[in-house]
Amino acid sequence: MASSFSVFSIEVFLVILSCVSKSSEDSLPELSPQKYFSTLQPGKASLAYFCQADSPGTSIFLEELKEAIRPLQDYGISVAKVNCIKEEISRYCGKDDLMKAYLFRGNVLLREFPTDTLFDVNAIVAHVLFALLFNEVKYITTLEDLQNIENSMKGRANMIFSYVRAIGTPEHRAVMEAAFVYGTTYQFALTTEIALLESIGSENIEREHLYFFHCEIVLDLSQDCRRTLMEQPFTTLNIHVFVRTMKAPLLTEVAEDPQHVTTDHLQLGLPLLFIVSQQATYDADRRTAEWIAWRLLGKAGVLLILRDSLEGNIPQRINVILKRAEQEMEYLVLDDIDSLIFHVENNVKSEQMEEGEDEEMESQDLDTQDDEVAETVYRDRKKQLPLELTVELTEETFDATVMNSDSIVLFYADWHAVSMAFLQSYVNVAVKLKGTSTMLLTRINCADWSNVCSKQNVTAFPAVKMYKEGENPVSYAGMLGTEDLLKFIQLNRISYPVNIASIQEAEKYLSGKLYEDLFTYASVSVLGLFSPAMTTAKEKFLEARNYLKGHVIIGIYSEADVWILSSKYAAPLPALLLARPKEGKIECIPLAGTHVHGIVQIMARAVLEIFPEITVENLPAYLRLQKPLLILFSNGSISHQYRKAILTLVKQKQLDSLTPCWLNLKNTPVGRGVLKSYFGSLPPLPQLLLVNVYSGGQVFAFPSDQSITEYNLVSWLKNLEAGLENPIKNLSAQEWKPPLPAYDFLSMMDAAEPQHPTKKVPTCVKETDKQESEKGEQEPEPTRKEPVQTLRIKHWNRNYWSKEAEKPFRHEKEL
Amino acid sequence: MGCRGSGLLAAPHRDYCVLGAGPAGLQMAAFLQRAGRDYAVFERASAPGSFFTRYPRHRKLISINKQYTGKANAEFNLRHDWNSLLSHDPQLLFRHYSRAYFPDAGDMVRYLGDFARRLGLHVLYNTTITHVTLDKDPQAWNGHRFVLTDHKGQVYQCSVLLVATGLSVPTLIDFPGSEHVEGYESVSVDPEDFVGQSVLILGRGNSAFETAENIMGVTNFIHMLSRSRVRLSWSTHYVGDVRAINNGLLDTYQLKSLDGLLEADLKDLALVKDSKGKFHVTLKFFLGETNASWSADSVRLPEDDSDNFAMRVGYDRVIRCLGWKFNFSIFDQSLRLSSENEFNKKYPLIKASYESKGSRGLFVLGTASHSVDYRKSAGGFIHGFRYTVRAVHRLLEHRHHGVTWPTTEHPITQLTSSIIRRVNEASGLYQMFSVLADIILLKENATTFEHLEEFPMQMLAQLEPLTGRTAQHGLFVISMEYGKNFSGPGKDVFFYERSVGHTEDAWLSNFLHPVIYYYKQLPTEQEVRFRSPHWPLPRPTAIHHIVEDFLTDWTAPVGHILPLRRFLENCLDTDLRNFYAESCFRFALTRQKLPPFCQQGYLQMQGLAITESLQQHGVESKLLQNYAAATENSSQRTSDRALAPGPRAQSLDSDKEEL
Repeated sequence: MASSFSVFSIEVFLVILSCVSKSSEDSLPELSPQKYFSTLQPGKASLAYFCQADSPGTSIFLEELKEAIRPLQDYGISVAKVNCIKEEISRYCGKDDLMKAYLFRGNVLLREFPTDTLFDVNAIVAHVLFALLFNEVKYITTLEDLQNIENSMKGRANMIFSYVRAIGTPEHRAVMEAAFVYGTTYQFALTTEIALLESIGSENIEREHLYFFHCEIVLDLSQDCRRTLMEQPFTTLNIHVFVRTMKAPLLTEVAEDPQHVTTDHLQLGLPLLFIVSQQATYDADRRTAEWIAWRLLGKAGVLLILRDSLEGNIPQRINVILKRAEQEMEYLVLDDIDSLIFHVENNVKSEQMEEGEDEEMESQDLDTQDDEVAETVYRDRKKQLPLELTVELTEETFDATVMNSDSIVLFYADWHAVSMAFLQSYVNVAVKLKGTSTMLLTRINCADWSNVCSKQNVTAFPAVKMYKEGENPVSYAGMLGTEDLLKFIQLNRISYPVNIASIQEAEKYLSGKLYEDLFTYASVSVLGLFSPAMTTAKEKFLEARNYLKGHVIIGIYSEADVWILSSKYAAPLPALLLARPKEGKIECIPLAGTHVHGIVQIMARAVLEIFPEITVENLPAYLRLQKPLLILFSNGSISHQYRKAILTLVKQKQLDSLTPCWLNLKNTPVGRGVLKSYFGSLPPLPQLLLVNVYSGGQVFAFPSDQSITEYNLVSWLKNLEAGLENPIKNLSAQEWKPPLPAYDFLSMMDAAEPQHPTKKVPTCVKETDKQESEKGEQEPEPTRKEPVQTLRIKHWNRNYWSKEAEKPFRHEKEL
Repeated sequence: MGCRGSGLLAAPHRDYCVLGAGPAGLQMAAFLQRAGRDYAVFERASAPGSFFTRYPRHRKLISINKQYTGKANAEFNLRHDWNSLLSHDPQLLFRHYSRAYFPDAGDMVRYLGDFARRLGLHVLYNTTITHVTLDKDPQAWNGHRFVLTDHKGQVYQCSVLLVATGLSVPTLIDFPGSEHVEGYESVSVDPEDFVGQSVLILGRGNSAFETAENIMGVTNFIHMLSRSRVRLSWSTHYVGDVRAINNGLLDTYQLKSLDGLLEADLKDLALVKDSKGKFHVTLKFFLGETNASWSADSVRLPEDDSDNFAMRVGYDRVIRCLGWKFNFSIFDQSLRLSSENEFNKKYPLIKASYESKGSRGLFVLGTASHSVDYRKSAGGFIHGFRYTVRAVHRLLEHRHHGVTWPTTEHPITQLTSSIIRRVNEASGLYQMFSVLADIILLKENATTFEHLEEFPMQMLAQLEPLTGRTAQHGLFVISMEYGKNFSGPGKDVFFYERSVGHTEDAWLSNFLHPVIYYYKQLPTEQEVRFRSPHWPLPRPTAIHHIVEDFLTDWTAPVGHILPLRRFLENCLDTDLRNFYAESCFRFALTRQKLPPFCQQGYLQMQGLAITESLQQHGVESKLLQNYAAATENSSQRTSDRALAPGPRAQSLDSDKEEL
């Protein structure tokens, strides 16, 4: 059995591979049992599926079996369907529902397979080869098994150990196909035990592994075999390339011009690395080269070249030459082995990327969701939200509902990811308000009731509007999240502006006692002071209020005795009083001549703090100031000393050109991500940084060896201003480009158009085209898969083995 | 002629005159009424929809009236309501008038009557316009006025003439013996009259099959004769071809139950009567000079030469069902409405904007405008022309009243969902596939866009003057299309693997599916005219097909929306992903530029907060990081690489690595 493998050469293997790309309809011979057994030849393997003669002509299994005919034929294994008929009783003909496939060699039964183990073409090929290569591929389950085999191989031969997740997978098939070719040269060991993989210290154990154990060179039995892990994706082709590079000599010494040197590696699409040595340092260089060669095994070929043997072709300082197929040679000066290896590895990777080694992978990427909102919403689609807490409106109920009760309406579309993400927050609001709010929480699906949504001027989802009796609906313009919406609803429990009736009430309002419960949601309240005659100023104020509903508490006092407040707070009328009851502060802003927009801005700024804790929610408000941020990143709250230092500097107006703030990593954990991006890893905390988002995008770090005092801070800022400090990071100014390409349907359509013949299509494809057009001229339309295949074939042809693939010879192989 | 001038001066003037109070005329009237325009509809009958009082002769409409679709979306439901006109009155939907899937023509008459009445449309009934001509007037909107004269001699002047008179003249055919032929319009519809008869029907359209269906059970046999092979609407995807509801005769033909179909050119035929009063079919050619007395007994018949000639039997009746043509007779030559071309004897000559090629300001609406999409789309039928009429109305609103074509403006982050919404609900795009298209007009820097609905695709080059909108910064055209080689008479539309499921094969989709064209610049008239055959539009910069969907529900996140987003991103050279506020926060502090979603949402303080369960999914999918649980372990030293410029540097993976 084993000796029969010797007839196979690598070329055979290549042709086998090439067949994979050509799809062909193979017919499945259908025989009676007697007929079938008469066809069996000694030594030849055959897979037969026994089924009742009257069973349906097609089934998924038969489809897959048909597909397996060609690949199995390439391994000399015939395939047949045997129809059990009443006249011929065969013991292989089971009960109707217990049909099985049997593998014979000659007329000896090797193995029987229930059809469900042969679930697809990969499983069929994998199982059949696994059964036939019983001796060549040892199935192991424990570390002890592995060590036994390893020990037995030491000094004799190399071995290939692989882990696949399950038997019958495409990866298993790939291993078996490789074993078919290399089974006599190397000992194969296979496991599906993840524990075994783990115990030999593998990382990323969730994926398949293939190791090459270099045991042949091990002479000391106590010594372990060196291992090389295959890093490429688990395909038959990649395994083949990998094994071939293992076979190649570790280090080759050459004396010719690198221009003319070629080895297997180049053919396999891998680079060659020439280490340039000279007589004087030859021994050391050889050791270095060997070490590099081990590290690059399977990724590049390493050669040692003596500078003296060449006639000064290589520039003096150059010590490394990188050669890749069909590319300019790269002359490098590298002192550090790590960076050399990094350079080579990256080159290999980028080449693979360019060539799109695995088209399947590429198209998978295009179809992989990279939108975090869409993906998370999709993954969460089966979760049952307590939607019953919100009232679902329809075209019929909408008007009546919003007219008869104060309501919040969420306009959304059930196919729209952002809408559905927000719906969760919306429902959370409903949960929090359950039984406490007079506001009715409702929602309407604009995918169903598009007319209602467009009538309400909703053209984009999601949108939230508040309908209150006797008022125009107010659009919610805050963050699409539970907290902000809750705040909006709570602050809108009362109507704005609050009409203050007396001086006493005004004082109560300013001290925060009038609407005490609302101050959980707002830190600032605004009081507009107008004399009764100031109607235009009042109108402007009332208009500005519409923009700020749900952000601040707004009141108005316009009685005749308003002068009392005016003089008490030194506020020339008309004026705004900004009260921060928590801090006990009341600030006055004269309003004379200010436009609506100006009033809005004043009130929006009023919400801002002098030295805020930056959060995800409030950052945009501070970014609007367009000043560099002076942020203290802290793990927890900040020290009193630092707060004092900053507040002092603010008072001294030393920080006017900056926005001083701090960030608590406990409240805003994403700050860690920011820090890592600045420092590469998490720096010691607290960390004071100046982030200049707007001009230049530079980030400066306050020296970690200094303590943050007023003095140190001022001198650091001065140094910054003088340009004496170096930024630790320049923020990327890169535009946001498409994350991935799109399908180029236009080119695909061009390729399918008969008047635009694709020039790059290899000749073999043209031949098949010809055949097809001869077959049926009445077929003007391309069949569904053809053009895609055309693209694939074009792609295959770029591979190094295309020439062999075109060789028109067919193989009859025997086992 | 002196009195003509004074007569004109006194003649009442209307900005818009609509000829015909059929579905198209009423539809236009409804739009004009709503826009508050000065208009009148002229109708010769005493009520709307007079065609439907007589036709179809057997009273069953073949336009579907689907009561249930499982969806509430009114716009979507119009996709399966082929009889309603467009209005703002939900009571004026045809399903309130009939529950039948194929309703009775009488219900259509009742519906149209209600439509005119409820909306208070200005229709002059019992007014037959007998002559239409032009009167030059440099002051007029179009440099001339249309002068209409009715049967009483009353004259009307109109700035714009909207012809919605349908196809009212039966197509006749002249061959020796054609006087023996009865017409569809007058033949008996009582099956009793056909008992035991052998019938030959000329024609192979719905009226022919409808006639055959009615009498099939009582005749000896029915033969149908026409020039071309039968076109079944389920294989052509054209609603005007023979509908399955009418094709019972195909069954009996294929099952050899004596009925049959034959192909021959009707113009070469001759019909002769034998002594028993039966009709025989022969060729005009055989009559030769013997036309003195055409009698089957003396004339040479095809069966004399070949004794198995298919039509060798004698027929008791011959019925003509050859369809209708436009009535050109009332239009003056000066309007240049017709042309010599054979095809244009059926339809008036119009542009893709439905305006007459011969006279500016004259538009043809409804069935008579079907030359634009004859045998392609639904422009000859209510469910199609209700949208083309709206397009004409929008053109007129802009041309004469300065009302630009309505659009909605959105930030670019809404682009994907704006398109997804329309392809999922729009009825106009669905019915008038490959004829009407939505246009996305990009604004400068592509940060915002305008969405313009249901524009006639063939007029793309004239988009700016026709709509009053500008298309300086690139545009997308969204249309619905069938696969290029899918439909056609005789095509096997049930072939195995007819449906396409893979996104990368979307361009091979066979069934109606959305197609999006991207143009960096508005195509020119030349480019539109000389586009490659089978393409509804000139070659775009890029094209996208949304893969066909069995349920016509194009909302699958990965199957439909993701590939569309990638296409739009690559056309606009930007990143259109959605991000949670936390991601935007990180970008805001680590990059100088933010993706559009963060710019237009988060930075405007409208960021999207994440909930706990979504966060969990995000971490599982590796699209998000759990910073709270992040350990100090920072083995990833790839942050610099991720930020390096390069086309893929911002891909998902690098974002992951960056942290």
